[in-house]
Amino acid sequence: MIWIDTIVQGVLLGGLYALFAAGLSLVFGIMRLVNLAHGDLIVMAAYLILVVVSVLGLNPFVAAVIAAPIMFVFGWILQKGVLNRTLGEDILPPLLVTFGLSVVIQNALLEGFSADSQRISMGPLETASVSAGPVTVGLLPLLTFASAILVIVGLNWIFYRTSIGRAYRATSDDPVTASLMGIRPDRVFASAMGLALIVVTIAALYLGTRSNFDPYVGPARLIYAFEAVIIGGLGSLWGTLAGGVIIGVAQTVGASINPEWQILAGHVAFLVVLLIRPRGLFPRAVD
Amino acid sequence: MALLETKGLTAHYGDFQALFGVDIRLEQGETVAIIGANGAGKTTLMRAITGVLRGQADQIRHKGTAIGHLMPDTIMKRGVVMVPEGRKLFPSLTVEENLLIGGQHKGGRDLGDRIDSFLSRFTGAPDPMALAAGHDGTGLWTLDTIYEIFPVLKERRNNPGTALSGGQQQMVAIGRALMSNPEILLCDEISLGLAPVVIRDIYAALPRIREGGTSVIVVEQDIGQALKVADRVYCMMEGRVTLEGRPEDISRDDIHAAYFGAKA
Ligand SMILES: Nc1ncnc2c1ncn2[C@@H]1O[C@H](COP(=O)(O)OP(=O)(O)OP(=O)(O)O)[C@@H](O)[C@H]1O
Ligand SMILES: [Mg+2]
Repeated sequence: MIWIDTIVQGVLLGGLYALFAAGLSLVFGIMRLVNLAHGDLIVMAAYLILVVVSVLGLNPFVAAVIAAPIMFVFGWILQKGVLNRTLGEDILPPLLVTFGLSVVIQNALLEGFSADSQRISMGPLETASVSAGPVTVGLLPLLTFASAILVIVGLNWIFYRTSIGRAYRATSDDPVTASLMGIRPDRVFASAMGLALIVVTIAALYLGTRSNFDPYVGPARLIYAFEAVIIGGLGSLWGTLAGGVIIGVAQTVGASINPEWQILAGHVAFLVVLLIRPRGLFPRAVD
Repeated sequence: MALLETKGLTAHYGDFQALFGVDIRLEQGETVAIIGANGAGKTTLMRAITGVLRGQADQIRHKGTAIGHLMPDTIMKRGVVMVPEGRKLFPSLTVEENLLIGGQHKGGRDLGDRIDSFLSRFTGAPDPMALAAGHDGTGLWTLDTIYEIFPVLKERRNNPGTALSGGQQQMVAIGRALMSNPEILLCDEISLGLAPVVIRDIYAALPRIREGGTSVIVVEQDIGQALKVADRVYCMMEGRVTLEGRPEDISRDDIHAAYFGAKA
C-alpha cells in the first residue's frame, strides 16, 4: 500500500511542476518565445509576496492577490518594452535577451534581499493533512495540485471561450493577418505575458511556502518546468500537467527506491518519454 | 474629395522598389478593379493601403485624412478592410470564430486603444481613437446576414476554417472582412484557383455588399470578371498604373498594351 501513497505524493508534486510550467507553456504557445527567465520571475514574485506579507502583515494568499496585478503590469511593460523587439524569424535574440534578464533579476534580488534563504510562512496550514484510507496527504500539496488544475481550466477557458483568447490564437497563427482584423499583435503579446505573470504569481505562492528560496533558485526550478512543457507537447496546457505529473511520480518512486535517485529518476522519465514520443504527449495539430 | 486616394505612392521591399508613384482613386459607392500580370504590384498596393507596408503619410488619403503612416489595425478600424491574397484564414479558429474575429475589434475603443489615445497627447503619436472615430462598424453585416449569403458556412460553422474547400474558405475570408461593416472592402484575387461556378457564387454576393454601403476594390487576374463588375478599371505593370478607364471605354488592344507592355 505504500506504493499508492508514493504515487499520490508524486502526482501532487507534479501539480507543483505544472504550476511552474503553465506560464512558460502559455507564453510559448502564443508567441513562440522560450522564456529562460521564467524561473527567476517566479522567484521575483515570491519575494514580492514576501514583502507584502511582512510589510502589510497579510496572509500569503491575500498577498498573492495584491502581487498578481503588479506582476501583470510588470509583464506587460517587459513584453512591450523589451521582448516584443526580439521576436522574429530568428529564435536566438529572445533566448539571449531572456537569459540576460535572468541574470539581471538574480542580481537585483541579491542586491535587495541578500543571498539568505527565505520562506513565506503559512502558519498551521503547513503541517495540516488529510487522510483517505492508507494515504495521508498534506493540505498544502493538495492545494497546490488544485491550484494547478484551476489555472489550467482557467487558461483553457480564456483561450477557447473568450474573445481575447480568440485574438491570442489568431495572432499566434498569423500576426500580419491578425493586424488586418484590427488586432495589434504587440498588445496581444503584452497581455499574454501579463497573464503568464499572474500564473507565475500563483506558482510563486507555492514555491515560497513549500520550500526555502533565495535569489538563485530560479534556474533549478525551471528545469522541471521545461521538462514538463516539452514532454507534455509544446503549447498544450493539459499536456504540461501530464508532463509535470510524470516527472513528479518518477521522482517520488525513484526516491522511495533510493533517496539519491529522486532527481535522476525525473530526468530519466523525461528522456524515456521523449524517446517514445519525440513531439511530446499532446503535440499541437497546427505548427 | 475621393473616398480613398493614393498620390505618387511608392513602396519598397528592402532595396527593391515595387511601386513607382501609383495614383488611384475610389469614390463613394464605386467598384474599382485593378488588373495586371503577375508581379505587377497589385498586392503590394493593397498592402500599402492597409498599412501592412507603411510609408509616407500623405501618399494615401482616406476621406481626406493622410493614412499612409498608420498601423494596419488603425486603418481597419477606420473601415478600410482587406480580404488578403491566399485567404489567410486562421487555422486554429473554427469557421465561426474566423468570422467573429473580423468583427470583434471594430470601433477602436478597446483598452489598448484608450491607453494609446491617452499617451498620444504626450508623445505626439497618432491617436487611434480619434482616427477611428468616424466608423463604428455597425450595419448590414452580422453572423446571420453572412450565413444568409453563404449558407454553406452555417453548416460548417464548427469546422476548422482550413478544413473547407477553396471556395468555402474564400467565403469565410470575405465574411470575416464584412463582419466589421467596412466602408471600403479590398479583395485581392478572390477568384484565384476556383472553379467558374464557385467564382460566380462568390461574385453573386457583390451587389449585396454594395447595397450595404461598402465601396469595393477588386484585384483580379481574370480580366473578363473585372470588366463585368467594375465601374472603373486600372491596369498595372511593373509597379505603375498603365491604363485607367471605364470598361465600356477601353478596348482589348488598350488592355493588351497596358498589361504586357507596348507591343500591342
Ligand atoms: N515580400 C516580398 N519581398 C520582396 N519582394 C517582394 C515581396 N512581395 C512581392 N515582392 C515583389 O514585388 C513585386 C510586386 O509583387 P506583388 O505581389 O505586389 O505583385 P502582384 O501584382 O500582386 O502579383 P500576383 O498577380 O502574382 O499576385 C514583384 O516583383 C515581387 O517579386
Ligand atoms: Mg498579388
